[in-house]
Amino acid sequence: MSVRTRWAIAAATGLIVALLLPRLGVPTFYISLLTQTWIFAIVAMSLDLLVGFTGLVNFSQAALFGVGAYTVAIGATRFHITGFAEVIVLGIVAAVLTAALFGLVALRSEGVGFIIMTIALNEIVWGLAYQWVSVSGGDNGITGIVRPHVGPFDVSANTGYYYVCLAFFVLALALLLIVVRSPFGLVLKGVRETPRRMLALGYNVWLYRYLALMLSAGFAGMAGVLFAWYNQFVGPVTLSLDQTTQILIMVILGGIGTLYGQLFGAFVVVFLSNELSAVTQRWEMILGLVYFAVVMYAPGGLVALVPRLWARLRGRRAALATEEP
Amino acid sequence: MGIQFYVQNALGGLAYGSLLFLIASGLTLIFGLMRIINLAQTAFYLLGAYIGLSLVGQGWNFWLAGLAGGVLTMALGLAVYSAFLHRYHADPLTSLLLTLGFALILDDGILARWGGDPHAIAPPAMLGGSITVGSLVFPQYWLALIGISFLIAAIMFLSLQRTMLGVIIRASVDDEEMARGLGVDVNRAFYIVFAAGALIAGLGGMLGGPITSAYPGLDGELLPLAFAVVIVGGMGSLTGAFVGSLLIGLVNAFGKAMFPELSYFTIFVPVALIMAFRPQGLFGRKL
Repeated sequence: MSVRTRWAIAAATGLIVALLLPRLGVPTFYISLLTQTWIFAIVAMSLDLLVGFTGLVNFSQAALFGVGAYTVAIGATRFHITGFAEVIVLGIVAAVLTAALFGLVALRSEGVGFIIMTIALNEIVWGLAYQWVSVSGGDNGITGIVRPHVGPFDVSANTGYYYVCLAFFVLALALLLIVVRSPFGLVLKGVRETPRRMLALGYNVWLYRYLALMLSAGFAGMAGVLFAWYNQFVGPVTLSLDQTTQILIMVILGGIGTLYGQLFGAFVVVFLSNELSAVTQRWEMILGLVYFAVVMYAPGGLVALVPRLWARLRGRRAALATEEP
Repeated sequence: MGIQFYVQNALGGLAYGSLLFLIASGLTLIFGLMRIINLAQTAFYLLGAYIGLSLVGQGWNFWLAGLAGGVLTMALGLAVYSAFLHRYHADPLTSLLLTLGFALILDDGILARWGGDPHAIAPPAMLGGSITVGSLVFPQYWLALIGISFLIAAIMFLSLQRTMLGVIIRASVDDEEMARGLGVDVNRAFYIVFAAGALIAGLGGMLGGPITSAYPGLDGELLPLAFAVVIVGGMGSLTGAFVGSLLIGLVNAFGKAMFPELSYFTIFVPVALIMAFRPQGLFGRKL
């Protein structure tokens, strides 16, 4: 079997299992956590497009995600915009416009400078959400968000909404895979590896970074919209620096530059934080330790770690050594 | 708004800026020398505050408790630095991620040990009063804090400019490889700068405590302010950290008084201006 066929089979099996899960008597609580996993996988993939494929470590991803979420909340409670399609589009547009602004400022620097600028930008948006009470509801956030109808379907129940988020996850994964395999995606990788050489080849490095940032924001905004409907509440926590950290942990845990790996990263973080918080109060510390260990000992993330452990278990160390370039 | 308004807020702003300097000076020096963005710097501040608080609860003197908090924080910082961070000094992303993980762990440890309630920290008894000039009333402790911070800043400047260690640090910032080539023990400078950064931040926790008090999440609130300082002043510049701290402190005080709903936003106005027109900061070099 070629690698391609194996991938296709794995993806198809995964999708079928995902489609069947709600019908197999899985408790609603877990269906809800899985829904959350799909949503966070989307925003983690959007960040991976920047971190893994463009070389931009964006610490303002939560702000872009949060702008999408707040668009739903403010749109619904102030302007009575509640249609499914229009809110999705509005959320994406709002996030992309925010990124267009962010990019003008943050992309004036690179590397570490970019990181620091985006931390500051994220905090500006957080500050607005936290303190501009008349618009954002301040620390109390905005409640009373109702899940819309999708065409003729009522998705307000957990199972229905699970399928909506699954569909968006599959859509996002497919689109992002197309993007990174396209000529545009190859240029992004070139920009990540050697920006100077790309510049010499005549590529407008700044513009490619700017476009990648806006593209990523589109997906982050989409995930934000889904999250607002999922949670039915939006508060400053949604776009805090902690949230960025959590998304970044998903990206690293899953495996930088893989896209599909972020699904596992999101899964582990969502389930670990929920399961651990039921058992111990110290779940944040455990999450921090896991994260610390991954950064130190498995920089390739779970996606790279699992096959390596598996190979080791089967005593294929020698074979693996020859496979590695 | 009379002159009283301005003087009052200016003093409050200077006091707040002074405590920001205690955090941002370490942040900027550690970055300048080792290219490590230490996201745990404000967690050091919080840890120092809580340790000091516990010691005061056991009857310790305010200053001694603060110093002990600083020294213990420094010990922890050094342990983490030598065990993990040291290997990644030329790799800003990995070291940043590690300090982030460390900040998460430290935060949760603090929450486990001291709980979630905010703790007020009383200034030392001799500075507990306030000074009245005409219709102006301000706490004595504000002035003391400004004085102490300026003193610490002066010591840092002198050490950088006038001592052999300072020469080594400045040389390593300028051209690490050349310094190593000349036989300078750059690693020793790394340890000393990281330790000094942690010490001052930890000490700052107690010194700033009467203004900020101590509660979980305080480190998250201070971190963006410290970053604002460093961006405005320029990464790696001690002068920049000093000027930036006072500037951000003042903007913060006047912003809070004049636009309460948008005060957090107003702090970032100078940041946005700097980012747009002088991305390397007032005293920084191009990144």
